[in-house]
Order: sequence, then structure tokens, then C-alpha cells
Amino acid sequence: MHIRIGSYTVHIRSALPSVSQGIHLLYADYPLADDDAFADFHVSVVQPNNLRRWIAPQVIFRFDHYVPFKPLPADQAYPLLEWGLNWCFSTQYHRHLVIHGAVVERNGRALILPAPPGSGKSTLCAALVARGWRLLSDELTLVTPDEIAVVPMCRPVSLKNESLQIIQEFESSVTMGPLAFDTSKGTVGHMRAPTDSVLRSQEHGLPAWIVFPKYEAGAVTQLNPHPKAGAFMQIAENTFNYSMLGLHGFETVTQLVDRCDCYAFKYSNLNEAIDIFNCLSEA
Amino acid sequence: MKPRPLLTQALIQPETLSGLSLKDWDLLIRQARHANLLGRLAYRLTECHLLSQVPEQARAHLESALGVAQRQTQAVQWEVNRIVQALEQLQAPIILLKGAAYIIQQLPTAQGRLFSDVDILVPKPQLEAIELALKIHGWITTHHDEYDQRYYRTWMHELPPMRHLTRETLLDVHHTILPETARYHPDPQQLLNAAMPVAGYGDRVKVLAPTDMLLHSATHLFHEGELNHGLRDLSDLDSLLRHFSAQDAAFWEKLIERAKQLDLTRPLYYALRYTTMILDTPVPPTTLRAAQVGAPSWITRQWMDALFRRAFQPPHPSCEDWLTKPALWMLFVRAHWLKMPPWLLIRHLFHKAFISPKDPNI
Repeated sequence: MHIRIGSYTVHIRSALPSVSQGIHLLYADYPLADDDAFADFHVSVVQPNNLRRWIAPQVIFRFDHYVPFKPLPADQAYPLLEWGLNWCFSTQYHRHLVIHGAVVERNGRALILPAPPGSGKSTLCAALVARGWRLLSDELTLVTPDEIAVVPMCRPVSLKNESLQIIQEFESSVTMGPLAFDTSKGTVGHMRAPTDSVLRSQEHGLPAWIVFPKYEAGAVTQLNPHPKAGAFMQIAENTFNYSMLGLHGFETVTQLVDRCDCYAFKYSNLNEAIDIFNCLSEA
Repeated sequence: MKPRPLLTQALIQPETLSGLSLKDWDLLIRQARHANLLGRLAYRLTECHLLSQVPEQARAHLESALGVAQRQTQAVQWEVNRIVQALEQLQAPIILLKGAAYIIQQLPTAQGRLFSDVDILVPKPQLEAIELALKIHGWITTHHDEYDQRYYRTWMHELPPMRHLTRETLLDVHHTILPETARYHPDPQQLLNAAMPVAGYGDRVKVLAPTDMLLHSATHLFHEGELNHGLRDLSDLDSLLRHFSAQDAAFWEKLIERAKQLDLTRPLYYALRYTTMILDTPVPPTTLRAAQVGAPSWITRQWMDALFRRAFQPPHPSCEDWLTKPALWMLFVRAHWLKMPPWLLIRHLFHKAFISPKDPNI
């Protein structure tokens, strides 16, 4: 099937029930393109045709016919699809700056949350989205080099381990896709993106804030201004194709940091975190 | 004969693409991406002022590849600059090979091309001093297995590939152009003697003379075991032939003469046969006739045609038939056969299969 994700079209094929269930649950709101459409990426998740399928079945992700990763146990088929799509957008397409980070928007202004794994970025992003912020992306922030606008890559939000329960307790109405246990990242599940975010995923976001989140158990909620030079370096480090874009990359990050207020954010309580960002967006 | 694949047609005559449907563009981009030719296709379209007419969705991928190629050109120039500095104290000439040479000389072959490493050729007597100097400047060897080290050092034509500690770039240091154990033995001294200095880099940084550059590229392609980028490499040959013959009217004659001198008439024969067959390279009939001195027997030619015709298709399921995989496998076996005498090959395969430590991740 050809699924339209924002301005992109992805052609996905898979005969695996867990993948079709995941797509059915998490991509129900996405428009489909017809089979004659141009697809940016052609991907599939399949079972390799070997003897192992009878003992310990595995699945592989294919980009056309190319297999970029090693096989995974069959019950990780759905997350493998999402990871594979992330790989396509972060390594095969360099028209935009691709920052490893979540991005959400409220009142026309976008909040970028760049962070290494484990900082609680996706949890914070999921909580903000559950409270009405528009989801642009939970993993890949695409910034156009010319207008310094954020191109939505609105897909399900990936949550790990305790975050899954935290978010379900925080907002009981969220829809979760199939869970995969014992992956390299622990238990992984995906939260469905809000319908409104999906329908508006052609609208670019204007970056206003860059916030480096850090979850710390028991921490008092703190939002402190962060020096721009440091923000520049951290963005550059968290950008997949910073050096690939050369001078363009440098200029894009410079302008992005110039236009945004930069903060470091420590939190342990999601409600307090949401209040702070709501205040920020109303200021 | 089957119609040409879209990608091959696009490289030869980009102007024929104007009538393509979106579905065709979809397929063309896929073929080009997997052949590692997306950048070159984008460059060909730019050259013919056709890029702006490409439908937007497809153009985005072409522009992306052009950007990557431009950035890599810059990275290779910087890498060459670092290598030259690391070897400054030594008096040895440094001959840039393949991609690095195309870039430093600003050949059209470099436009839109993607690179994975830098290759240099140096005189064998100075190999040890050069390796040491490179180590001091941060390049370290990549193969730590003792067998692999000996494989390279005793039998091959290059040091084990080196990787820079911080930039993670790869460097291949060659002392001749074919393995010591291979069937053909082109004399590296002749190549060094004919090498030409590169403008702006003093007299120590050189590139092979045009005929030698072409012969080197052809020798590699037709001795190569892994032809995943067969069409890309053939397209390099096509581009070099077109460029050098336009620069020098006597190029074709010199090429044939040089192949005879260097004992490389067979690879030249194949290069001319398949560039003309697959990419319509304009080689004069007299040259094609003269190149027959390197032709194999009729029966071998039938075989090679069957194998290479498949190897030079875009590596995409849309261009493959049921014989493609066996053909690629046979070319892999052939490459090893040419690389080593049979007893050594058996020993090497035995070691790789039963003794070399296995990658624990597999």
C-alpha cells in the first residue's frame, strides 16, 4: 500500500499479520495514494525464506531489495518497520537538515526537543501531544535549509519500557500499537498520532524554541535558559546529516539557533512539564 | 534484444526522459539509487538543463544526491590535503588513483559520483616508511586478524585498508595495480614514470597519465569479484573515454599502444566491448579493430558476454532475470581465479571457511 505521510509517500509491503495490524491501528487516519503514485521509499518487512522460519522465525526489513539491518525475531516486525522508515529518512534523503529529536507545535510555533536516547524526549513529546500540542515528529526533525521551517514527519510516537505505562496512565484515551518485548531497546510500543496532527501534516512549523530535556527521577521541574553556542554544538551533534550538508548544514543550524529561544529542561512530573510549556506558548 | 533498462537509457540520452510518467520516474530513481548512480544521473540532467523539468517528487531525490556528491568532493579534497601533509617529510611521489584522481583533476567523471575511500599508489621500496608516517598521523589498520594481515602483505597489491582514527575515512595504499599473485603483471614502475603532476599540488602529488588511468580502471573492473556497482564502474569508463578522446585526438592510438606495453590488452578489449555495447560509447571502428589483439577465444567471449551483460544491468529486481545471480556468482569465482594460482586459492578459501574467526554477530 502507498501511504502518504505529510509531503512524502511510502510504499509498504508486508504479509505479516502483526505489521498489518499495527498499520491498521496506527495509520488509520493517513491518506492513501494510488498505486501509480511516485513513492519516495519502497519498503517491506518479510520473513526470510530459510529453514529458521520453522524454529525461531525472523523478519527482515527491505529497502527495495536492499537489507540494511540484520534480521530480528519475528515478534519485532512492527517496530522494525518504524525503525526502517527512520533509517530511510535519516540516511537516504538529504534535502533537509535531519535532527534527531522530537518536534511539536502550539499556536503556530514549534518546540524542538533534540536529545539522545534515554533523555525522556519521546515521553515528553507523547504527553504534550496528548494535551493538544500538534505532533510534527517524535524522532526526526526535518528543517528546510532555505526557510528554516520544520517539515512534518508525523508518525506514531515510539515509547519504551516504563514510558509506555506512564503515558497510558497520564492519558487513558491514547491508542497503542502492538508491543514488542526484549528488543535492543527493551519493550517498545507505538502511540497513535492524533487525527488532527495527521490531517495537518502538510503544514510546516515555525521553530520558536529549542529545549534539551532531561528526565530525572524526583527532580524539581526547571526550565533554564541555555547558551546559544552550546545549543549550536548540541544540535550539530544530534543531526544525522550535519556534515553531509557541509556549509549548508552549518548555516541552517546557525539560523535555526538564532531564531529560537534555547532552554535546558529538567523534569520528573509530566503535568508540571506541560504547564510550563503551555505558559511558554502563550507568552 | 530486450529494451534497455530505464537507467541505462537515461544515462545515454537524458533528453528521452521528458515523456516519462511519474511511475517511470519512481522506477528510474530506484534503479539509479541502487546502482549508486543517482548523483551521476542528476549531474547528466543538470548538464542538459533538464533537471528543472523533472517532476518535483523525483527531483527532490536527485537534488539530494547532487548535494551529497558535492559534499563528498570537498571531503576527498580535504583528505588528499591531509595525506599529503602526513607524507611531507618523505620524498616519495604520491599517485592518486580512481575517485581521488577524478576529483583532483576535476574530470567530468567525478561529477555526481559517490566515493567510499581514497586510493593512492606509492613506490614499493618506500612502503614501510609511508605506512609508519600514516600511522603517526592517525591512520590505523583495519584488519587485525594475522591471516588477513599476511594475505594483504604477502599476496596483495596494497596494504590492508587504513582508517583514520577521528575522521573515520578509509585509505587504500597500493604499491602496484594488481595482486602480486595475479595472472597479469603490469610493471608499476612504468606507471610511476608516466604519472603527471597535479596543478597546485607541487611535484610530488601525481595522477596516472590518461591512458594509464583508463587501463587501471578497466583492469580493476574486469578483475573485480563484487560487481554490485558494475554499471557505475562501466559508466566511469564511458565518461573517461569520452573525456580523454575529446581532449586528445591521438588518445585512441596511444591507448592501444599503452595496453600492449603494459600487458593489459585483455581488460582494454573488455572495456571497449562493454562500454560500446551497454552505454553506446563512441569508439572509432579502427580502435575497436585494433583492440581485437586482446580478444579471448570465441567460446570465452560468448561466456563473458552472457555474464557481463547481466553484471552491467542496474542492480535492481526490475532488471534481473533468473540467471543474474548465478552470473554474478560465476564472476566472483572468476575474479578469484584470476587473482591467485589454484593452490593458493584453495588454501585461502579453506582458511576463510574453517579457520578465520567468525563474526560473532552473524
